[in-house]
Amino acid sequence: MATARLNTHRVVIVGAGPAGVRCAQTLVAAGFKPILIDENRRDGGQIYRRQPEGFTRSYTTLYGTEADKARDLHESFDRLRPQIDYRPDTLAWNLTPGQLCCVSQGLHTTVDYDALILCTGATDRLMPIEGWQLGGTYSLGGAQIALKAQAVSIGHRVVFMGSGPLLYLVASQYVKAGATVAAVLDTSPLGLRIKALPKLMARPGLLFTGMKLLAQLYRAKIPVHLGISPLQVLGEAVTGVSGVRVRTANGETLTVACDAVALGYHLRPETQLADLAGCRMRFDEASGQWWLEVDEEGRTSVSGVYAAGDGSKIRGADAAEHAGRLVALALLRDLQLPVDAAQVAEQRQALKVMDDFRLGLAQAFPWPAAQAKALPDEAIVCRCEMISAGELRRTVSEKGACEVNRAKAFSRVGMGRCQGRYCSQAGAEVIAAAAGVPVQEVGRQRGQAPVKPLSMLTREVAP
Amino acid sequence: MNARFVRLAEQGRPIVKLTVDGVPIEALQGDTLMVALLTHGPALRQSEFDPGSRAGFCLMGACQDCWVWTRSGERLRACSNEVREGLDIITQQPEAIWPLRG
Amino acid sequence: MTLNKADVVIVGGGLMGSAAAFFLRQRGQSVILLERDQIGQYASGVNFGNVRRQGRFLGQLELANRSWALWKRLPELIDDDLEFIASGHMRVCYREDEIPELEAYAAAPEAAQLDLQIYRGSELHARFPFLGKDVKGGSYAPHDGHANPRLAAPAFARAARRLGARIEERTEVAQVQKVGDGFSISTTDGRQFSAGQLLITAGAWGQKLSAQFGEPVPLETNGPQMAVTEPVPYALPTVIGVYTKIPEEVIYFRQIPRGNIVIGGGYRSKPDMLNRRAYVEPRSILNQLDQMRRLLPGVGNLNIIRVWSGIEGYLPDSLPVMGPSGNVDGLYYAFGFCGHGFQLGPGVGDVMAELISTGSTRTSIEPFSIRRFALSAEQRSKAS
Repeated sequence: MATARLNTHRVVIVGAGPAGVRCAQTLVAAGFKPILIDENRRDGGQIYRRQPEGFTRSYTTLYGTEADKARDLHESFDRLRPQIDYRPDTLAWNLTPGQLCCVSQGLHTTVDYDALILCTGATDRLMPIEGWQLGGTYSLGGAQIALKAQAVSIGHRVVFMGSGPLLYLVASQYVKAGATVAAVLDTSPLGLRIKALPKLMARPGLLFTGMKLLAQLYRAKIPVHLGISPLQVLGEAVTGVSGVRVRTANGETLTVACDAVALGYHLRPETQLADLAGCRMRFDEASGQWWLEVDEEGRTSVSGVYAAGDGSKIRGADAAEHAGRLVALALLRDLQLPVDAAQVAEQRQALKVMDDFRLGLAQAFPWPAAQAKALPDEAIVCRCEMISAGELRRTVSEKGACEVNRAKAFSRVGMGRCQGRYCSQAGAEVIAAAAGVPVQEVGRQRGQAPVKPLSMLTREVAP
Repeated sequence: MNARFVRLAEQGRPIVKLTVDGVPIEALQGDTLMVALLTHGPALRQSEFDPGSRAGFCLMGACQDCWVWTRSGERLRACSNEVREGLDIITQQPEAIWPLRG
Repeated sequence: MTLNKADVVIVGGGLMGSAAAFFLRQRGQSVILLERDQIGQYASGVNFGNVRRQGRFLGQLELANRSWALWKRLPELIDDDLEFIASGHMRVCYREDEIPELEAYAAAPEAAQLDLQIYRGSELHARFPFLGKDVKGGSYAPHDGHANPRLAAPAFARAARRLGARIEERTEVAQVQKVGDGFSISTTDGRQFSAGQLLITAGAWGQKLSAQFGEPVPLETNGPQMAVTEPVPYALPTVIGVYTKIPEEVIYFRQIPRGNIVIGGGYRSKPDMLNRRAYVEPRSILNQLDQMRRLLPGVGNLNIIRVWSGIEGYLPDSLPVMGPSGNVDGLYYAFGFCGHGFQLGPGVGDVMAELISTGSTRTSIEPFSIRRFALSAEQRSKAS
C-alpha cells in the first residue's frame, strides 16, 4: 500500500534553492522521485548561487563564512540530480488546482501534481528614494549577484544603503574583492541594534559574524553611518547615478559621490504561485509585510499545497534548509508514511531558534515605513511605469482609493513589468500614510498570472 | 566609453564576440548579456516613460528592467541570458515591425 | 440620524448605476446609490474597454448612438475623458464568405450613422498593414474607439456626488420590497432606505433582486479573459476584433497611447460567485497568443505581463435586461449587458434617468424588456 502511494503520488517542488534541495533530498530518502522545477539554469537559489562553469574562484572567496554550507548544498544537489526529475530553465507561470503551467525555451507544458511544494524564495525589499530610477541603482542582492556570479562590481565607486545584515555582508564582500566602496549608509540607528541584542543572541555565531563584517569595514576605512535618512540619489537621466544625499543621525546633510548605489531593506517573499493557488496570506507584524500563511511544518491553507523557505517566511538560508526538510516530513506524515519523529523535532527546534533570531533582525534593522510618508511628491514609486508618490497620493485624496488594488487601477503603480515586486509594498505604505490607516488595512497587490512575463511566442507543441 | 560595471576577477575566459548597437565588442564566455553590455557602456536600454536609460536593477530575473532586443526583434532578458557568439544586440526599441511579412 | 430616503434608490454601483445616478441628479431627482463593494469593481472595471457600436444587435444601435453622443461630451459632462480615443474600430474576418455578412450589416438602415466602410484584399492590407495575411475582409467604423474601463464608473460616481447624489460603498442590500407607493430597502449592516422609485443595476447579481419581485431571469455569469502586453511604441490606432462563428477565434485587441496592447476574448471562465473572484484559464492565454500571432504577426516579440478577469452577467439571447418592471410600478432594471455594456454605459444612464423621471424614453429599449422572460415562462408552462 505504501509502495503504491510512493509510485503514484506526484510531488512537484518549485525552486532549487536551499529549501527546495533539502526538501527533494528528504523525499528521495523516503523513496520518492519528485519533480524539481527551477527558473534558473543552475541550482543553488540566490544566496548560494553557483558561478558559471569556467569560473575559478574558490568557495571561500565566493561564500566566505558560509563556504562549507554552500559546498555541502551544491554537492548534495549534484548527488541528488540523477534521482529526481530536475527541470532547470523552466518557469512555473500559472497553475490550476492539481496542474502547474510551465514554460521552457518557449514551449508550454503542464505538470500534474498531487502535492505542490513551493520553495520560491525571495527578492530584495525596496523602499523608494528620490532618483532611484537612475541607471546605476541596484538592489543589494543584485550587487551581490554581480560579484558572486559574474565577478564584477556594479560601479567604480559604490555606495551601499539600506538596512539589514545583507548591507554589511555585500559591502564587505566588495571590499574583499577589490572594489571601491564609497560608504555604507544604514538607516537603522545603533540604539535599535542594542535593544535587539537579546533576540540576536539566539544565534551568537551569526551575531559575531555581523560584528566581524563591521570591523572589516572600519579597518578598510570605509565610512559607515548609522541612523541615516535617505534623501536622494543624484545624477542625470542619460548618464545615471553620480552620488547619494542623506541626512545623518545628527541632522547634517551628507553627500557621497558614487556611480552606483546598492539599495535594500532585507527581503520580501515571492508568493505569486501561492496566490494563484488560492493560499491565504497573513500580515507579519514584526516585518510589516504579508507572508504566506503556513503552519509550523509548512502546510498552506490549501490542501496539497506546501511551502518552505523565504518564499513563505523570511528567515534566511539556514532556516530554509531546515524548513525544506521539515515540509518533506510533513508531506510524508500527511500521506500516512513512516516518519522519524526525532528528525521532525530536530528541524522544528532549529527553526524555533531562527524564529527568535529573525525577530531580533526585524527589530534591529526595521523596514523604514516612515520613509514612505516622507517621500517628496516628485519621488518615483513605480520604476516600471514612472509613477510618482504625488500621483499615488492624489488617487487617495481625489479618488478615494484606500486599497492597494484600487489605487493600482487608478494610478498604474504595480501595472509594470515587475508586477509590483519592487513598488507595491512601498506603494501600500504611501497609500496608508495618505489615508491615515495602518498599512495592513490597505491590503496587498493581488497576484495574477503570468508569474513572470510570458512571451507571445510561447507555443504548446514544438512548431 | 564610460563602462558601468568593473571586472574584478575571472578574466581568463575565452572571448565571445558580439555586436551592440552596430559596434563589435568582446565579452567573456559565461558573461551575461548585462555584464557584456555594461562592461562596455553605461546602459542597456532607453526608458519608456522618462528621458533616461536603464541599466538593470535586481540581476535575478525579478525586476524585468534589463530587457534588450536583437536586431531581428527578439526580446532577451539581459541578466539571465548568457552571451553567444554573433549576437546582434540593440539598446533602442526597434520601430514597431508591423507591416505584413511573408 | 441620516434620513435614508430619496426619490430614487439605485442598487448596484457599476457603470450603469453610476451613470444613472449622474443623469438623475441632472434632472433634479434625489438619489442614493448602494454598492456592495467598490464602484465599478465588477464587469464595469474589467472589460476590454471597447467603445464600439458596430456589430451590435441592430435594435440596440439607437441606444448605442445616443450613448456615443455622450462619450464625445464626457470632459464637459463629468470632467473626465476616461482616456476615450475615437480611434476607429475594424471588424475583420478570415473567410471570404463572411464579407457579405459584414456588408449586409453595413447596409442596414439602423447602421447608417456608423459610416461603415468595407475593406477587402489588397486594399485592406494597404490600409491596415499590421494585420495577418489570413485576414480576408473587414468592416471599418471610423467613429468607434476605446477607453479605460477602470476609470469609468468611479468617474461617473464622483460626478454624481458633486451634483449631490449620495453614494454608499461597502453597503450590501439584503432585501428589497414594495411598500405602499414606494420601496423599502434593507442592508446587511442594519440600515433601512426608502425610495419613491427603485433602479436595479446590480449586474451579475441583478437577477437575485428581480427574483425578489417575482421576475426571475435566466442569467448566467462568465469571466472575461483579458491580457495585456508590456508597453511598445504606439503604432496601432485602430481597435481590431475578429468576426467569426468559431468561438476561439473571437479575439480583440487595442493599443493604448502608453503602448500596452490589451487583448481579450476567445474563451470565458466560470467565476467563483462565492468569493466574487474570477480567473483567467491558462488555455485562454495560450489561445490568445495563438490567435494574436495569426492576427498581428509583428506581435510575436512581445511579452504578456498581466492577465485579469471579472464577473459579467449574460442572458441567453445576448441582450440585456433594461426598462420598467413587468409587475411593479416604479421599479426599473438595467443589468446583464452580456459583456458588451461598456459603450452603452452613458446612454443607459441617460435613458434610465429619462424613463424614471418622465415615465417614458424617446429611445427604443423594448427588445430589452424583462417581460420577455415572463412571456417565455408563460409559454413554457402553457405547453406542459
